[in-house]
Amino acid sequence: MDISKFTSKKFLAKAGGLLAILVFLATFPIYSSNSDVDIGLIILMYIILTVSWVMFSGPTGYMSLATAAFFGIGAYTCAFLYQKSGPLLPLPAAIIAGGLVTFIFALVVGLVTLRLKGMYFAIFTFGLIMLLNQFMVYYELNILGARGQRVFPITNQTAFYIVLVILVLTLLAAYLIRRSRLGLAMQSIGENEAAAAHMGVNTNVVKIFAFAISAFFMGLTGAAMAPRWEYVDPSVAFNMLYSFMPVLMAVFGGMRELYGPVIGAAIFAYSERALRLRFPYHYMLAFGITLILIIIFLPGGLTGLVPTLKDKLSGLIARLRKGGQSERHANT
Amino acid sequence: MTTEAIVPLLVSGVLNGGIYALAAMGLSIQYGVARVLNLSHGEFIMVATWVGFTFFTRFDINPLISIVITAPLFLIMGFAIHRTIFTTLRKRAPTPGAFEGNSLLASFGLLFAVQNIALLIWGGVPRAMTWLTGGVDILGTRISLSKLVALVVAVSLGVAFYIFVNRSRLGKAIRAAAQDPATAGLMGINTNRVLPLCFGLGILLAGAAGLLLSMCYPISTFIGVRYTIIALIVVALGGLGSIPGSFIGGFILGIVGSLVSRLESGLILVSFYGILMLLLIVRPRGLLGKR
Amino acid sequence: MPILEGQGVTKYFGGLAAVSNVDLHVDQGEIVGMIGPNGAGKTTLFNLISAAFPVSSGEIRFKGQKLTGLKPHQICKLGVARTFQETKVFTNIPVLQNVLVGAFFGSPNRVSWADAARETSQALEFVGLSAMSAVPAKDLTLVNQKLVEVARALATKPDLLLLDELMAGLNPTEVSEAMELVTKIRDTGITILMVEHVMKAIMGICERIMVLHHGEKICEGTPQEITCNKQVIEIYLGE
Repeated sequence: MDISKFTSKKFLAKAGGLLAILVFLATFPIYSSNSDVDIGLIILMYIILTVSWVMFSGPTGYMSLATAAFFGIGAYTCAFLYQKSGPLLPLPAAIIAGGLVTFIFALVVGLVTLRLKGMYFAIFTFGLIMLLNQFMVYYELNILGARGQRVFPITNQTAFYIVLVILVLTLLAAYLIRRSRLGLAMQSIGENEAAAAHMGVNTNVVKIFAFAISAFFMGLTGAAMAPRWEYVDPSVAFNMLYSFMPVLMAVFGGMRELYGPVIGAAIFAYSERALRLRFPYHYMLAFGITLILIIIFLPGGLTGLVPTLKDKLSGLIARLRKGGQSERHANT
Repeated sequence: MTTEAIVPLLVSGVLNGGIYALAAMGLSIQYGVARVLNLSHGEFIMVATWVGFTFFTRFDINPLISIVITAPLFLIMGFAIHRTIFTTLRKRAPTPGAFEGNSLLASFGLLFAVQNIALLIWGGVPRAMTWLTGGVDILGTRISLSKLVALVVAVSLGVAFYIFVNRSRLGKAIRAAAQDPATAGLMGINTNRVLPLCFGLGILLAGAAGLLLSMCYPISTFIGVRYTIIALIVVALGGLGSIPGSFIGGFILGIVGSLVSRLESGLILVSFYGILMLLLIVRPRGLLGKR
Repeated sequence: MPILEGQGVTKYFGGLAAVSNVDLHVDQGEIVGMIGPNGAGKTTLFNLISAAFPVSSGEIRFKGQKLTGLKPHQICKLGVARTFQETKVFTNIPVLQNVLVGAFFGSPNRVSWADAARETSQALEFVGLSAMSAVPAKDLTLVNQKLVEVARALATKPDLLLLDELMAGLNPTEVSEAMELVTKIRDTGITILMVEHVMKAIMGICERIMVLHHGEKICEGTPQEITCNKQVIEIYLGE
């Protein structure tokens, strides 16, 4: 193995930076107020959802609108297993179960829809949220006899750390998948699915598996939030907002690089918290319009601007250098 | 079941089916020609219900006249939306696949934009209006006049639209553009006008559906997504882009929904999804689909 | 021993027979050409072999194994690779990654990163694109994009290579270079079946030629026999 790659200055600088951020986040709840931890928790949650969404929809081009559905399934699974009246499983197991149930559910959805054209997939995933919402209302009313589930509570700090761990795992998975043959296969499907199939890529298996992996992390997140909210019902769990926001954040931040969705999520999660109490309808209107504008004018997102900015910057530096040289020549 | 039970079921079923058919045909022409899967479709239905409410309660204009008045307005609105948003997207998209993906997401943004504009104007509290009162006796049961009138209008509009697309010159141009936009352009069809026009026609149909809805059902700012989903399911069932398929599929789902609501009203959407799943597994091209 | 055989291969699109009752065979190590006017069914036949869509009737066998009923990725792993008439490179990713897809997934067994990388650089060197590995495929000229397709197909380690109008859009120098490349490929042991309109290429390197017209195979033979065939002359030059 080539060790020099890991000792180069660039790599050490990047690793050092990431470590610093990790330490900052890990110690955040200790010196911050409760409401700050609240906001931090929501931001982390949205980052995970956005990164998970990009994990599949980014390279393959199959736009999944089911993020909210998977989030809700994870939340409900944990709610059933970690009930206020008496948890059936320890918290870590309940959360992991949330992820696994979501994984299996996504496999089924993928098996039905991913063999077909992308538009059928979009239709199916869009309606999934409402479908699960309606089903859960029926189920709770007629079979369980009560609306909503009370979940055994956890503190803000605990939730923050759990979500932080999930975030690290999600980012790690996203990073590894990008550089793996699964990631390459996904990209080839997104570029030209027919050609990919003819080069030996089993497109159905790749799509279904990748879809389920991204759903796993969304389910984990939902499961982690359920005990923090202490109450889960269909309108809380299956909320279209959780499908919309990751899309907005990913498109705004840019999907080419891994940090694009992170930046987009941070910006909009913070704005959402800041604006939603004072301008409840205005801010959503603004977000909707923003998504449209970004798609039209800046489809590559913020990180899509980076290559352009880099070019302009290096051009500027080159011109400044030339200017300095010609002055020196003139003086001799 | 007695005729007393069947007749209202059928009436509701065909009425809902007519509204679904109008909504689905609108969505279908938007996707079939302009290649935009408009996730905000239901929001325009919702807006139309509020427009109907406002026109009736403020200006004493009944919904049927409102349909006539607002038709050109909705058409122009849809034309403008397509020209500003989706035409630009089409020009800038590197591939047709990228365009479909981008326009899908843009329509998602439009959903939230329109819904929140409606919330700002009309608020989130459901209302209702009664225009036609009284009922008609059919086969021994009393059917509300509103529902009957709405039913007749819905079916008539649906049939009229179907004939328009299949027989008229403009309809031929539309179908040509749906099959092959590039060649249609070469044949002298101005795709820069036909595509936005079709999008506008879709919004027009959504408007009609909404106004008919306002006659018979309560009005709420949150019904949009439900109708979008139902329209999407109908369009998928009938085959993406097939207008006759959407027409028939709408009525089928309307009747099925009516029957299911008799048994268990909370599971209507579940049953629709069940049908969709079955069809997608067995016959992926839809009932009458070409693609 | 024929490496590829087809019997009664037929494909209907609606009521129209795009390919009608075609028998074909390609022997190991041959370079066989397929010609015919536009719409004769040549690319459709390729699509049937590679299972882009299924046959309406008839059977296709590769090394004795039935291809009809398999999926494209399975056929690729068996050893059939192809290029496309409208180049289907993976536009936004670099040349290297394009070919890497073929190297990784074209083999029936799991390929290690080291092996895939090696296959890829060999394939790129073979077609002469090594200098361009980092260039996104969309920034290449047409002829280089076609070379990427060839390298990608070669990376799947095929026994049979289907070339769909490789020479289309190339200038005469590029055509000669492509002809050399095709012969070079055959000399490594890969059998070639090529659809072409460029007569110079077909006559120059094909040992045997099939002529299709309106979906039917109307004759088959060496380049000499084809040029003397009355039917063929009629099709191309009119009566």
